[in-house]
Amino acid sequence: MEYGLDLEYSFNEFLKGFGLSSEIAHIIWLPLPMLLVLVAAVVGVLVTVWLERKISAAAQQRIGPEYAGALGVLQPIADGLKLLVKEDIIPAKADGILFTAGPVLVLVPVILSWLIVPFGQNLLISNVGIGIFLWIALSSIQPIGLLMSGYASNNKYSLLGGLRAAAQSISYEIPLALSVLAIVLMTNSLSTIDIVNQQSGAGILSWNIWRQPVGFIVFWICALAECERLPFDLPEAEEELVAGYQTEYAGMKFALFYLGSYINLILSALLVSILYLGGWGFPIPVELIAKFLNLPINSPFIQVFTASIGIVMTVLKAYLLVFIAILLRWTTPRVRIDQLLDLGWKFLLPISLANLLITAGLKLAFPQFFGG
Amino acid sequence: MSIAITTQIICFTVLSLVILIGALGVVLLESIVYSAFLLGGVFMSVAGLYLLLNASFVAAAQVLVYVGAVNVLIIFAIMLVNKKEDLKPINDIKSRRIISTSICLTLLSLLIRVDLTNVWSLSSPQNSIGEESTIRIGEHLFSDYLLPFEVASVLLLMAMIGAIVLARRDVMSKDISTGLPVDQELIEKSSEPLLTNKN
Repeated sequence: MEYGLDLEYSFNEFLKGFGLSSEIAHIIWLPLPMLLVLVAAVVGVLVTVWLERKISAAAQQRIGPEYAGALGVLQPIADGLKLLVKEDIIPAKADGILFTAGPVLVLVPVILSWLIVPFGQNLLISNVGIGIFLWIALSSIQPIGLLMSGYASNNKYSLLGGLRAAAQSISYEIPLALSVLAIVLMTNSLSTIDIVNQQSGAGILSWNIWRQPVGFIVFWICALAECERLPFDLPEAEEELVAGYQTEYAGMKFALFYLGSYINLILSALLVSILYLGGWGFPIPVELIAKFLNLPINSPFIQVFTASIGIVMTVLKAYLLVFIAILLRWTTPRVRIDQLLDLGWKFLLPISLANLLITAGLKLAFPQFFGG
Repeated sequence: MSIAITTQIICFTVLSLVILIGALGVVLLESIVYSAFLLGGVFMSVAGLYLLLNASFVAAAQVLVYVGAVNVLIIFAIMLVNKKEDLKPINDIKSRRIISTSICLTLLSLLIRVDLTNVWSLSSPQNSIGEESTIRIGEHLFSDYLLPFEVASVLLLMAMIGAIVLARRDVMSKDISTGLPVDQELIEKSSEPLLTNKN
């Protein structure tokens, strides 16, 4: 399966052409994909914020942002600039160190998780062996940051919001991990690359969504709850808690929370598309297209075509899911905290456990369809 | 010395320093909240050490279990019962400190002795299994470590049932702390949302 562009190899060869040693070439290469992914994440946030504003306006029959650029596309940049230049306020009775560390602890694990998001066969920062497990582990750090900022704000709404956020993300992490486990069971690997490759056999027909419909729904609900999106935005329910753990934050620290939640939303959408919707795969297998065009699979044209269609497909699928998430946010009411915990522990957990068991049984019964 | 080895040494030094200072902070700091957060930092740094040892699965499991579950639970408990109160002065604090210090020093000397007398079999980097370790751990858990693995799960199940019995008063006929019979009606009322009774 080792086809596709290997940009790192060609870049290193290019630098070696100037007489650099391979070690120095590697060090020059290292920050490039990281920067690229960081820029992609931030641009993704800007696009999502604009989409959110426009779609919410459409859902409420308003116009939405219109004057900043064509159709208001520059509005998110204006928002960001405003947050950058605002005064950084730490409340007098707050705990300064924890107050500052909280937002950082929320944002850093989310950005680190982008390590494993593949946009193509070789288009990811690092194909680590533990792959998707790294994301599950990293996302479990976030509640500490939320509790920290909730506690440090020295405000009852903040503390309640932080506690709610932690309770919510602990209870939804378990069904999330169990539905990922069912996928891993079928793939025999934790690596995101292997997970996508396992779905690439017959185009749209071999995507995991057909083999794991229950897992897909459970994962999507849990991902929404982890991102604290409505209908699960209890930690910042404005009618009850002002803004939850964000109440006392202003300026750039608030922007860190804001960035964190949107990057997390895009990340979750990307992971749903990787785990269930075939990742970078085109609905029609590329091999068929190559055969139709009478070109060998290794020809440069097909290689570039595959790489670019891979990025387009991943982003397209992710943004389709982001669109659904935004639509859900502006059309559904919020659940109560007891309903939220009931849904997590009494409904999603048993269902995802049963899903795992059935997947294991089906894998034994039909190894050719469910990964041998 | 190659760049990779230099990076490793720098990472190891930083991680060990964080672990040592953080662990001292957990024990010595007055504020229990700071201690709990520092504990999380120590757990993270231990995960970093595992990563340096090429054990990425163990590192991720360490983060998931110790930081994501144990530490969050500790912080959660502290925040739910965080009353600002001055601790009562303990009478013979000096002798207690001396005793605990001597016990700790004895344990430390024991550990140092183990470290010095044991012949450590250091495997070369060529023999390390690296990415394959996840599969190896799984094989061990389902072959020679099957019994401890299953016994641990039974233990966890027992702990969980115990916690449920303690938390749900309605399965007990008597209150555990006071010994009085439980008012079942009150429990019924508390499990209903407030607004449903208002017509």
